[in-house]
Amino acid sequence: MTDPNTLSPLDLETPDKTFLDANELVINMGPQHPATHGVLRVILRLDGEKVLGLECVIGYLHRGVEKIAENRTYTMFNPYVDRMDYVAAVSNGLGYCEAVEKLLSVEAPPRAQYIRVILTELNRIASHQLWLGTHALDIGAITPLFYTFRDREEILKIFEKYCGARLTTHAFRIGGLQYEAYDGFERDVKNFVSFVKPKIDEYEELLTTNRIWLERTKGVGTISGKDAIALGVTGPVLRASGVKWDIRKALPYANYKNFEFDIPTGQNGDTYDRYLVRMVEMRQSLRIIEQAVTGIPEGPIMAKVPKVMKPPVGEIYHSIEAPKGELGYFIVSDGSTQPYRIRVRPPSFVNLQALDVMCRGQLVADVIAVIGTLDIVLGEVDR
Amino acid sequence: MVAKLKGEYGSGIEPLTHLGQNYMVVDRSLIPEILQVLRNEEEFDYCVDITAVHYPKREKQFDVVWVLYSFPRNERIRVTTRIVDGESLPSSVPIWATANWLEREVFDMFGIKFDGHPDMKRILLPDGWKGHPLRKDYGILQQDNEWVQINLGIESGQ
Repeated sequence: MTDPNTLSPLDLETPDKTFLDANELVINMGPQHPATHGVLRVILRLDGEKVLGLECVIGYLHRGVEKIAENRTYTMFNPYVDRMDYVAAVSNGLGYCEAVEKLLSVEAPPRAQYIRVILTELNRIASHQLWLGTHALDIGAITPLFYTFRDREEILKIFEKYCGARLTTHAFRIGGLQYEAYDGFERDVKNFVSFVKPKIDEYEELLTTNRIWLERTKGVGTISGKDAIALGVTGPVLRASGVKWDIRKALPYANYKNFEFDIPTGQNGDTYDRYLVRMVEMRQSLRIIEQAVTGIPEGPIMAKVPKVMKPPVGEIYHSIEAPKGELGYFIVSDGSTQPYRIRVRPPSFVNLQALDVMCRGQLVADVIAVIGTLDIVLGEVDR
Repeated sequence: MVAKLKGEYGSGIEPLTHLGQNYMVVDRSLIPEILQVLRNEEEFDYCVDITAVHYPKREKQFDVVWVLYSFPRNERIRVTTRIVDGESLPSSVPIWATANWLEREVFDMFGIKFDGHPDMKRILLPDGWKGHPLRKDYGILQQDNEWVQINLGIESGQ
């Protein structure tokens, strides 16, 4: 394993010289490539089929979200955060709303907290299902895609019934929720939990002991816990490397401390372990949802928040455990209605940086597996 | 911990707390040493984020912020330093490998250079782009029209 501290950048300035060397080949992958999950360009340096190193070229989807934030009010910026990690929009909204609430020193009422947790965990399952389907498809297993998308649909139906949108939900408001849970929300969520439990077993039946799956994932894209920490990798990727760290437990937010759940970890830090970790995470999310849905208290869903929000001067960093890792918001307020600066610390952006370390010494085909296993969303990488 | 550092470095460090979060404003000259001490002696082994804030009206126009987290201590801290426009900072890539892309983004968006960075170039915007969008004097509709015309073959990106 290469020490990430001593990695030198690829010398790509002189491709001609590189090509003269018969052992080395520089090839370009993307930005329009079906397996890069968006517009990601990867420049690979190869020795035959072995990856010597790679460089990611990103920014094709850059929309200047942080600049937009400075020109909107706190409330107006809320829907924009959904467009970063668009497969886990609810988590993005939770992080943003909580950060602004902290800045305003308000707290969402208990009822809102419970509904928030249910929706966020549902979104975590949806995000992991989408990851599983597309990741397996990249590796060559086509069937799981149909299974996971079929079941993810049920979650999206709950979102649609709750707030009218399926993907970019804008489900939360600063201070709580805009919408009361609809009639039958609890029934729908309970039905979904009992519906999806055997389905997760079904995914596992397809893959966990599948010989081709094992061949393609075991020992592929290995990263040690030490390297993962040095590279700032978070989320399931970090946990699969044996580091038991989840912000929901380490620095609890919302009302996660009321619920019992376990943090799964892996040992080898390879693609297979990351797969197992995410499978267990889906089950743990169901456990949280089961506890939350039976205990939703009565009461208001909005805290007292001024119509025109002018948070006191100061800065705050707040982060949550998004499905992909640590999602942080650093907000600077100058006392006006518009944030002076909002910095989003996206998990996908930082995790993608580890791609180089994880792919060195692997085969070209494994690059696809590693991109899949990192679970990146380019909307969040580029912002 | 902050008190200990304060005792060692004196007036170069100003410990502050806002809304229950600890951060410290550190003199530019102490930055390399403080970051090294935080990593090696205080066990802040995870560099969460590096970012900057632009205050065009101040003499020291930029706040550069490191968000650090320690796994052994389960604690987060922010380190802030103030620099003037054009001043560079030492790269923390040798301390935390993750700083690589984060510093590149700060350079891309604010034009703050990090000395000793292995690959100091733009990351989100194309290489030839002029201007640094997250500076306050960069308008929200502003763009490098010349770049757009040459590279995309259209009159304007708007």
